[in-house]
Amino acid sequence: MTADAIEIRDLSKTFGGGKSLFGRARHAVDAVKSVSLTLRHGETLALVGESGSGKSTLARMLVGLETPTSGSLAIGGRDAGSLRREGPKAFGRMIQYVFQDPVASLNPRKTVRDILETPLALLAGHAPSRRRARMQELLDAVRMPADALSRYPHEFSGGQAQRIAIARALAAEARILVLDEPVSALDVSVQAQVLLLLRDLKAHFGLSYLFISHDLAVVEAISDRVAVMYFGEIVETAPPARLFADPRHAYTRRLVASAPRIGGK
Amino acid sequence: MSARAATAPPASPRLTAWRLLANNRLAAAGLCLILLIALLALLVPLLPLPDPDATAPAERLKPVLTEGHLLGTDQLGRDILSRLLWGARISLAVGLTATLIAAVLGSAVGIVAGYAGGRADNLMMRGIDMLMAFPYILLALAIVAALGPGLMNALYAIAVVNIPFFARNVRGVTLGYAHREFVDAARLSGKRPLSIVVTEVLPNVLPVIVITMSTTAGWMILETAGLSFLGLGAQPPQADLGSMLGEGRAQLFTAPHVSIVPGIMIFLIVISLNLLGDGIRDVLDPRLRSGALARPGPVTHVAPGRAAPRNTAKDAALSIEGLETGFRRGRDVLPAVRGVSLNVRPGECLGLIGESGSGKSVTALSVMGLVASPPGLIRNGAIYLKDEDVLTMPETRLIASRGSRVAYVFQDPLTTLHPMMPVGQQVEEAIAAHQLLGAAERREKAVTLLDKVGIPDARERARHYPHQLSGGQRQRVGIAMALANDPEVIVADEPTTALDVTVQARILELLRDLQRERGMALLFITHDFGVVSEICDRVAVMKDGEIVETGETRQVLADPQHAYTKRLIACVPELGTGDRFLERVAGLFRREAQVS
Repeated sequence: MTADAIEIRDLSKTFGGGKSLFGRARHAVDAVKSVSLTLRHGETLALVGESGSGKSTLARMLVGLETPTSGSLAIGGRDAGSLRREGPKAFGRMIQYVFQDPVASLNPRKTVRDILETPLALLAGHAPSRRRARMQELLDAVRMPADALSRYPHEFSGGQAQRIAIARALAAEARILVLDEPVSALDVSVQAQVLLLLRDLKAHFGLSYLFISHDLAVVEAISDRVAVMYFGEIVETAPPARLFADPRHAYTRRLVASAPRIGGK
Repeated sequence: MSARAATAPPASPRLTAWRLLANNRLAAAGLCLILLIALLALLVPLLPLPDPDATAPAERLKPVLTEGHLLGTDQLGRDILSRLLWGARISLAVGLTATLIAAVLGSAVGIVAGYAGGRADNLMMRGIDMLMAFPYILLALAIVAALGPGLMNALYAIAVVNIPFFARNVRGVTLGYAHREFVDAARLSGKRPLSIVVTEVLPNVLPVIVITMSTTAGWMILETAGLSFLGLGAQPPQADLGSMLGEGRAQLFTAPHVSIVPGIMIFLIVISLNLLGDGIRDVLDPRLRSGALARPGPVTHVAPGRAAPRNTAKDAALSIEGLETGFRRGRDVLPAVRGVSLNVRPGECLGLIGESGSGKSVTALSVMGLVASPPGLIRNGAIYLKDEDVLTMPETRLIASRGSRVAYVFQDPLTTLHPMMPVGQQVEEAIAAHQLLGAAERREKAVTLLDKVGIPDARERARHYPHQLSGGQRQRVGIAMALANDPEVIVADEPTTALDVTVQARILELLRDLQRERGMALLFITHDFGVVSEICDRVAVMKDGEIVETGETRQVLADPQHAYTKRLIACVPELGTGDRFLERVAGLFRREAQVS
C-alpha cells in the first residue's frame, strides 16, 4: 500500500444555487471551498473548526454520503467517483464513519446483534458462523460484555452506545475511519475512556483516523497532525505541538486561547 | 441510564403496552365491546338463529321482545336479531378489509415518497392531493357508478378514498426518519435503498400506521354503512347494517325499532373502535407514553411528612439543606438526590459538578419546584432563599419568585427559546412577567439587556428569530432573559456544553462579569472541571445524588480528596499535555480496575 489513505485535491461542495422555476438564482452556500488534504496510512489527522465551518460536510463527502461539487477525492488510492459507481458497498469496505451522537446513529428498534450483523454480512461478506465469532471479537475489542448483543440501543449509556457504534464501523473491516466529534457528547471520564479505546484499536488493527473535533485539548491528546478549518477552508496544518506553541492563523490563536485550563485562572 | 437499567430489569415492552392499555379504562371498555361484537359476528353461523333472509309477511313489524323474535321483525317479517348479527359480520369484514387495503397502499406510497424525496415525492403527493380534493362520498359514488353497485365495489371505493390519510401521515413521519443518522449508518453498512426502507425505516413508522388504522377503522365502517344506506353497497336481500338502516327508514314513525336497532349497533361498533384506537395511540405514541398525558402540576410535590432542617447559612442568597428529591415509580420512589446541602452567597459562584445522572440538574430544578410532578417528589429537606423556605411558600408566591428571585439559564437555548417569536419579544415577555411597564419602555429595556449581554446591533437583532442567531448568541439571549428582573440567584445548567470552545470562553467571561457587577449568586452546573476552574469560586462535587466533596475551587483542584474528584480532574485533557494525557488516564483506569 503505497498510496495515501485519503487524498483530497481542491474539493468543494456548494449547497443550493442553480435557478428556481422562475429563473431567479437560488441562494448558494459554499460549505467546503477548495480543500486539499492528505491522510497518510496509520496516521491520525485531526480536523478542528467551529460548528458551521464545513467539517461534517467534508467528512460526509469522504464516506460517500454527499457528492462533491468539484475537485478530486481518492480513498486508499482509488478514485471516489469510481467507488460510487460500484455502489454503496465499495465505499463501505474502504472507509467507515462514526457519528457524533451515538444514540441517534443506532436504530432504536434493532438489537446490537442486528446492528453488527449488517456490515458483517454485506461488507465483510462472512458466513453466519463466522459472523457470530466476529461479533464476539468486536465486542471484546471495544470492551463490551457479550450479553450486549441481545439488547437495544436505549438500554446503553452514551459511552457504551459509542463503543457499539465504533464496533459497527470496525465490522466493515475498513482500515480508514472518519470520526465525527465522537466524544463531544460524552462525559469527561467516558470521553477519556473512548479516546483511550480509539488509540488502542488503532494500534491493534492498523487503522488510519480522520478525527473531527472542536476541542483542541482532545485533539492534542490523540492526533499526529492537526488541520484547522475556518469557513470552509483549511487555514493551517501542523503537528499539534507546533500548532499550539506557535499558532499562525488568527482563528487558531483564538482557539488556543479559549481552551479551558485547570487552574488557569 | 445504565444505573436505571441495573436497578430495575426492564420487563418486556409488549407486556407494559398491554398493561398501559388496560389502565386506560375507556380503551379497555372499547376493547371488550369490540371483542364481544367480533365474537358474536364470528359465531353467527353456529348460533341457533332463524334465516336472516326468510320473509314472513304475516309476522311483519313485530315489536321488540316478541316471542321468538327478540328484537322484533322488519317490514318483510324477517328476524331483526338474525339480520343484525349477519349484517354486523358483513359490515365489520368490509370495513376492516378496506382499512387493511388502504393502510398497505397508503403506507407504501407515503414511505416511498418520504424516503425518496425530491421529484418522486412531489409526483406521488400531488396525486394524493388530487384524490383528497374530491369529497369522499362523491369519489366513492363515482367509483361505484363506474364499477356498478355491490359490496366489493363499495369496499374498493372506501379503500381508495382513505389512501390519502395513510399516505400523508406516513410520509410525514418517514421524512423525519429519512435523514436520521441511523439511516445514514445503514447506508454506510452497505444496505440498498429498498432494504433500508423495509428494515430500518418501516419498523419505526409501524406504530404510526397502526395508530392511523385504529383511528380510521371506525370511520370506514361508518362509510360502508353510508354507501349501503344509499343502496350502493350491499344489495337486497343481503343484510348489512347500512342497508338495514336504509330499508327501515320508511317505517321510522310506525316501527322505529327497525331502524334504531341497526343504528345502535353501528354506534356501538364505531364508538368501541374509536375508544380502542385512542387507547392504542396513547400506548404507542412515545411522546404521550413518556408522560405528556400526565400533565405535571405547576409545582413539584412535597412529601407531607418532610423533615425541614434549619438554615445553617443565614447570610447565603440560596441555601439548600438536606434535600432529597426522587421520582415516583409505581409505589416506590427512586431517589435522584440524597441529602444534598449547599449554599451560595451573594456575589459568589458555586460550581456543582458531576457526570450525567449524578442528580445535579434535579437539584437545580428542585430549587424553584420545577421538577415535573408526577413523577417528581421532594421527600425531605429545605430550600432557603434569604432565610425563607421555598417549600413552605404558597404556590402563587413560589411561581412569582421564578424569574424575579431565581432565574435559570439552560443548556440548549434552541430548545428553550420559542422558535416562532423574535428574541426581543421573548426578553420583553420575561420583563412583563414581573414588571409593570409600558410597551415602549419594555422594548427599550429589552434592547438594553441584549446590548448588555454583548449582542452586537441589539436593536436590529431583537427582531430576529432564534434560528437566525448563532448558538452563542442564542445563549446570550437566554442570559438576557435570566437577567431581566435582577434576580438574586442565577442557576446556570450546563450553559456552555452545547457550544464551541471559542464561544464557551466568551460566554463564561460574560457570566463572570455580570455576576461580579451585579453581586448575584451563581449556581453553575457542569461536568467539566476545566470550566469550573475558569469561573467558580467554590465547587461541590456530586456523585450518585450525593455531594462527595466541597471546597474552594483552587484548593479542590490542587488537592482533591475524594477518588471521584481526582478522576474527574484527571480526565480533563489540557493543552500542552499531548499524548501524555492518554498515558495518564490509562494508568488511572488500570488502577481502578485493580481496586474493583
